[in-house]
Amino acid sequence: MARIIGTGSYLPNNVVTNKDLETLVDTSDEWIKTRTGISSRRYAGKDENTGEMGLSAAKKAMAMAKVTKEEISYILVATTTPESLVPSTSAYIQGKLGAKNAACLDLNAACSGFIYGLQVAQGLLSLPGIEKILLIGSEVLTKITDFTDRSTCVLFGDGAGAVILEKGQGIHSVITGADGTQGACLHTGTFKVENPMTKEVMGPQKIYMDGQEVYKFAVRILPEALRQVVAKGGGDLSTLTHVIPHQANLRIIQGAAKKLDMPLEKFFVNIEQVGNTSAASIAIALDEANRQGRLQKGDTLAMVGFGGGLTYGACYMTWTL
Amino acid sequence: MMIYEKVKEILLKELSLTEEELTLEKTFEELGIDSLDLVELVMEIEEAFDITIEEAEGLHSVADLVRYIDEATKA
Repeated sequence: MARIIGTGSYLPNNVVTNKDLETLVDTSDEWIKTRTGISSRRYAGKDENTGEMGLSAAKKAMAMAKVTKEEISYILVATTTPESLVPSTSAYIQGKLGAKNAACLDLNAACSGFIYGLQVAQGLLSLPGIEKILLIGSEVLTKITDFTDRSTCVLFGDGAGAVILEKGQGIHSVITGADGTQGACLHTGTFKVENPMTKEVMGPQKIYMDGQEVYKFAVRILPEALRQVVAKGGGDLSTLTHVIPHQANLRIIQGAAKKLDMPLEKFFVNIEQVGNTSAASIAIALDEANRQGRLQKGDTLAMVGFGGGLTYGACYMTWTL
Repeated sequence: MMIYEKVKEILLKELSLTEEELTLEKTFEELGIDSLDLVELVMEIEEAFDITIEEAEGLHSVADLVRYIDEATKA
């Protein structure tokens, strides 16, 4: 079993409002607000890459958890926009932190990455010799955003969130899943086989999204995954204290609350000022909810993620801090 | 008229509309229904009538919806 003992997050300094985006593409503050709930988001500066942001979030989580760098057994980084392909972002962070006892692994499950990471951490903590895990969700989505596509570029933002996990009671259940047959509706193009044997040329890696199809998937899977994970953990949706959903679109969250017949107030929402930060989304939201004092010891909470793959995942836990 | 009654019920439940605002001829645009609302509406309708709506893009009014459901449930 695993429990969270510290949270942290980092948002870049540059605030980019809907009005700022009106100068980049044919869009409007009104359109973005009503369709997505986003007013502004953060864009990383050149010194705020995936590794640095993850590092900042990690240090805050470690401070809260009172965990030293030597105590960390594993560093997991969920991202689709790594610092570099090699070394992994987790190795980069390990080096900067000086966490010399930590093994390093990056995971890619798109916007479900943080939840997948929780499940992997849970599994690792069942092994002897693994005591403290640093799990980070960090993204510079602007690196893979197509700024000529007005339907997607308004959604994405940059940021990082982190948690420290240790063995103990807290997480009751995690579910993860995917539907690979729908991969084409949210992708960045193929890493073509560009080598002396082929005539292939690798193109730019930018996000393409079939908004309608992805929306349909999200609206269906959010409530379904929540129900499933709470039932698996022996809990009750009606007594759930908090839901921390992936911040993809406010309309998806509102639709889910209605479908589940749960008050919207139970759903933590910060998309207005942060946008969609993919794998960092839930981690950032969790840290903000925590530092705002919303999470009391003994509260039950469920997190749910969904995104490219298509993937989804959910976690049900009792807050023990 | 059974189909219209059921569709009306779903629309009133899903959206914040009054009975008076909702008529057969009204277009979705007139009712303030955008394409995201339509996605959820279509899902509710598919479930309620046990049909699959292939071409949701071609539906622009309540009447279109009722006509589509009528055709789909006859088949």
